[in-house]
Amino acid sequence: MCLAIPAKIMNIDGTKANVDFGQGVLREVNISLVEAKIGEYVLVHAGYAITVISEEEAKETLSLWNSVLEASQE
Amino acid sequence: MGMAENLKFRNPEMAQNIASKIKSLAPKAGKIKICHVCGTHEWTITHFGLRSLLPENVEVIAGPGCPVCIVPAVEIDEAVQLAQKGVVITCFGDVLRVPGSKMSLLEAKATGADVRIVYATSDAVEMAKHEPRKQFAFFAVGFETTAPSTAVEALGNPPENLSFLVSHRLIPPAMELLLGVGDLQIDGFIAPGHVSAIIGLKPYELFPRVYRMPTVVAGFEPIDVLMSVYMIVKQHVEGKPKLENEYSRVVKPEGNLRALDIMNKAFTVVGGNWRGIGRLPDSALQLREFLADYDARLKFNVHVEQGKDILLGCECHLVIIGKIKPNQCPMFLKACTPEKPVGACMVSSEGTCRVWAKNVAVQE
Repeated sequence: MCLAIPAKIMNIDGTKANVDFGQGVLREVNISLVEAKIGEYVLVHAGYAITVISEEEAKETLSLWNSVLEASQE
Repeated sequence: MGMAENLKFRNPEMAQNIASKIKSLAPKAGKIKICHVCGTHEWTITHFGLRSLLPENVEVIAGPGCPVCIVPAVEIDEAVQLAQKGVVITCFGDVLRVPGSKMSLLEAKATGADVRIVYATSDAVEMAKHEPRKQFAFFAVGFETTAPSTAVEALGNPPENLSFLVSHRLIPPAMELLLGVGDLQIDGFIAPGHVSAIIGLKPYELFPRVYRMPTVVAGFEPIDVLMSVYMIVKQHVEGKPKLENEYSRVVKPEGNLRALDIMNKAFTVVGGNWRGIGRLPDSALQLREFLADYDARLKFNVHVEQGKDILLGCECHLVIIGKIKPNQCPMFLKACTPEKPVGACMVSSEGTCRVWAKNVAVQE
C-alpha cells in the first residue's frame, strides 16, 4: 500500500492538479502535500502527490550505478 | 524521466554487475541477514527473483511492511461495529478481507452493512458530501506514506457526516522492535523509500548509531534494491555501519516538511497494537483533541475489549516479523490461498504470503 507512481504535472487548479502517468491519460490528484510546478514530476500515492522527484538526483543515481558498473569491469 | 529512464533502472546487465560485486564481497561477510520493512520491496525482490542473484550467505527477509496486515483484529472489529451501527464504512480495497475476531468487513457487507471501497481519502469526503443524510466513517489504514492524506482531509473542513477511524502506524518503532527479537539477528536494514519520502532520514539515525546497524533507504526498482544490498554488505564488511540514502531522487534528508507539518497538526503520537506483534509505544496516530468531532471512536462510542489476531494454525505472527518464510507455514497454499485467505498476510496484495503465492515459480 506504499506503492507510489511517478507522474508529470500538466496543470494546477488550487489543491488539485491534472497529472500524466505516462500514457497521455490525465488523472486528477491532490497536491496539498507538495510544492510542485507545472512540468515537474511528482510521486503519487493513493490520489495524493507525496513528493516532488528531483530529475537531477535521478541522473546522479544513474551515474552512481554506472560507477559501480565500471568499477566491476576493471 | 520517461520510459527510457525507467528502463535504465531495470537494466539487467547492471543488475548482474551489482550482483557480482555483492558476490565478490560476500565471502568476507560471513552470514548476513538483511531485513526490509515494505511490501513493495518484497514485491520487487520476489517478482524479479532477486534472491536468486544473491550468494548463499546473504539473506534478505521481509519484516512488518504491510500496513494492512498489521492492523490488529480489534480495529477491524471496531470498523465492523461501526458498520453494524449503520455507519457507511469507506476503506481501501485491501482492507476489506482482513480478518476480524468474528468477521471481516467483507463478511459484514454480506450481512447487510454498507461498506464501500475508495481509491483515495478524498473519495470518502466526496461520498459523504453527496449523501448528507447518512453517516460515513473513513477507515484510515497505512504507514507514514498514507497518513498525510488523512491529515489533509481531517484538517480541510470535512462534512459533518464524515468521521475517521484512524488506524495509522509508524514504521521506525517496528524496526526497533525487530532488533530486540532474540534469535532474529538482523545485520542490516533496507528502509522503505516512500515512508522515507515523508519522514526523511532522521528517524533512522539511531539504527547505525545505537545498534551499529547498516541502514540504507532504497527505491523500488530491482537495481535500487540490489544496490542497497550491496551498500549494506559493504558497510558490514568494512565494519562501519552508517545511514545511506540510495533513493535520493525521491527522498530528501529532511523528508517532506510540508507533509510532516500537516500530519503533526492533525495527529498526536500514541501507543498502538500491531497484529502479531502486540503493543508498541509511540507507534500509532490519533486525531488531536480539536478534531475529536471527527474521531469515529468518540463520535459513535465504539468500544471493543479485545480481539483475536491469529487463528489457530496460522503463522502470520511469525511471517510478519520475518521469523519464518511463508512456505514454512503449514497452511501456506494449502488451507490458506489468495482465493481463500486465512491470515492477514495472505489477504493484502502487499502481504508477504500473498506476494509469495503470486510468484511461486520464482521462489522455487
